[in-house]
Amino acid sequence: MSDEREQGPPTGPADDGAAGERRRVPMPYRALGPNTSAWSSTSSREAELRRDPLADPEAGEIALDVGDVADDVAVHTRRGAEGVVGRWQTPLGRFARTALALALFFLIAGFIWETLKWFGGTPWRFENVLGTGVDYFHDPPFRVLQFSDRQLPHIWDILYELLEPFRRGSEETLLEFLLASALFTLRQAIIGFFVGAVIGIAIASIFVHSQRSERAFMPYVVASQTIPIVALAPVIALAVGLGPLAVIIVATYLTFFPVTISQLRGLRSPDPRAMELMRSYGASRWDIYRKLRFPASVPFLFTALKVAATWAIIGAIIGEGPGGVGEGLGKAIISFSQQYITGPEKLWATILIASLVGIAAYLAVRLAEVLVLRNRPGASS
Amino acid sequence: MTTPDPTQPVVHLAGVGKAFPTKGGGETVALDGIDLDIAQGEFISLIGPSGCGKSTLLRLVGDLIEPTGGTVEINGKSAHQARVDRDYGIVFQAPVLFDWRSVEANVRLPLEISGVTGDERDQRIDEMLELVELGGFRDHYPHQLSGGMQQRVAIARALALQPALLLMDEPFGALDEMTRERLNSELLDIWHETETTVVFVTHSIPEAVFLSSRVVVMSPRPGRIAETIHIDLPYPRDESTRELDRYYELVTEVRESLRGRPRDGGDLATRARSDGSFG
Repeated sequence: MSDEREQGPPTGPADDGAAGERRRVPMPYRALGPNTSAWSSTSSREAELRRDPLADPEAGEIALDVGDVADDVAVHTRRGAEGVVGRWQTPLGRFARTALALALFFLIAGFIWETLKWFGGTPWRFENVLGTGVDYFHDPPFRVLQFSDRQLPHIWDILYELLEPFRRGSEETLLEFLLASALFTLRQAIIGFFVGAVIGIAIASIFVHSQRSERAFMPYVVASQTIPIVALAPVIALAVGLGPLAVIIVATYLTFFPVTISQLRGLRSPDPRAMELMRSYGASRWDIYRKLRFPASVPFLFTALKVAATWAIIGAIIGEGPGGVGEGLGKAIISFSQQYITGPEKLWATILIASLVGIAAYLAVRLAEVLVLRNRPGASS
Repeated sequence: MTTPDPTQPVVHLAGVGKAFPTKGGGETVALDGIDLDIAQGEFISLIGPSGCGKSTLLRLVGDLIEPTGGTVEINGKSAHQARVDRDYGIVFQAPVLFDWRSVEANVRLPLEISGVTGDERDQRIDEMLELVELGGFRDHYPHQLSGGMQQRVAIARALALQPALLLMDEPFGALDEMTRERLNSELLDIWHETETTVVFVTHSIPEAVFLSSRVVVMSPRPGRIAETIHIDLPYPRDESTRELDRYYELVTEVRESLRGRPRDGGDLATRARSDGSFG
């Protein structure tokens, strides 16, 4: 920009009475981040803006252009705002925000955990802290049974346990063992997740096209979720045999429900006028479904899939539980809970890994969400 | 697309009525005894207070709702057949763009549904975007556009199938005055270029007078046509048209026609935004 005034300090919109100045674009637009160059490309338009069409009777045509400039201002302002609010608004930024929020949750939970230990745990001692030769001894002011090392082991003890052999005389560390178990569980969970999602989408798609079927079958869909899954899992295992199939069925069973409910709302979400618009094109039901209903439902679908992803993991763990199926996390939880009295760290480590697997599943869906909805900023905050 | 006989009206309404059932088992008569013929190339505005059924009338023409009485014919066909044949394009007050589609893809939507493919489709999209002067924004998404630009995309989309008839339901009602006046001028240009017949619902008297070849003034409860006012302002119309004495005369005439209705209480301008169910 050649105009000297524009180089000056941002004093806000000039209002010094000069007619030529009155329509200056306020400074903040120019101060916005990386898009200032995009803005400067419209400087000739900006020059027109600065002529006040109301004060100049010959500027009638320019007055007409004000609308165009307003369009540009709207576009650039929005871009500028995105530049300032930030990197956090890019798809990966949104993903990172979610991941950081979850990490923060773990930090806070850990902090509370150790605070409880500090006030009411078992006394502990560090010798030669980090090789400095300093010894550290802490004697908590209170003694609370629930916060003792027997029930609430120190976080560092849990982490340390992960690097120890998972059972006496084994080459394999607990971490390796748990990761292998998690992988085993994950396989069934992922299958259950996808099958459940497909079933949920299918049910919602049928319901949205047939009120009668919705009225007839929706009560069963809801009722299916009132049965405690812990009670149902052994029945399923008995019916189809102890094996991966039983686990997959339980994971599917937990997954399809949130997807059905949310997807039904999503398929119903289009603006009535959008439906009228499709009608005006003489669009078939199938056209309306694939070009309007389904695309409109995607944000709703992802909301459900995020819930379903963690439930699929939980379902798979529960599914493994009763029969001790396979080599998964469910079996690990059962066997380590039997050793809880002698070594609670192992169970806690398993719980930690299981929740991390759930979070990983959630984040995987979240990543897909921000990428798929990258052009719909309102749809995935 | 049919090639209409120029003597045949594009829209033919005879004795059209529409009643909506009410909760108590009775019915509300939204429209009653509407007779209207719209010739090819006309620009008709429907104006009237809230509840006079002008949007209802537009929806009847578009076969989005069905009349409870009378005949609605488009290009000599039933309204239903005309809709299935995609004889009209429609623009609502809100742009109703599909936010998962880029500007270009939004304009492509009706072409996809009607099975227009290949070069013809691409060419049609180019033409339409040029028509509404949004060629440089084809890869933008709706959320990146201003309200006026979004409505221009909606107009391009409505015209993509080159319909004989363009139905517009208060298309500029949500826009600020400056944008509205500019889009009015643009719409007139588009109308001249495409030679489309336009039926335009509005609350704004100046807008109706500036745009139309005929203004149809409606009265409420039940919705009836009170008067049809021929707008004899010269073409081409531009900003200077708004300063002609004849323009003011016509604005006054429409206003008086609106006020002349027995049950029309209150100032139209203040009631304009709080549209009722049949507005």
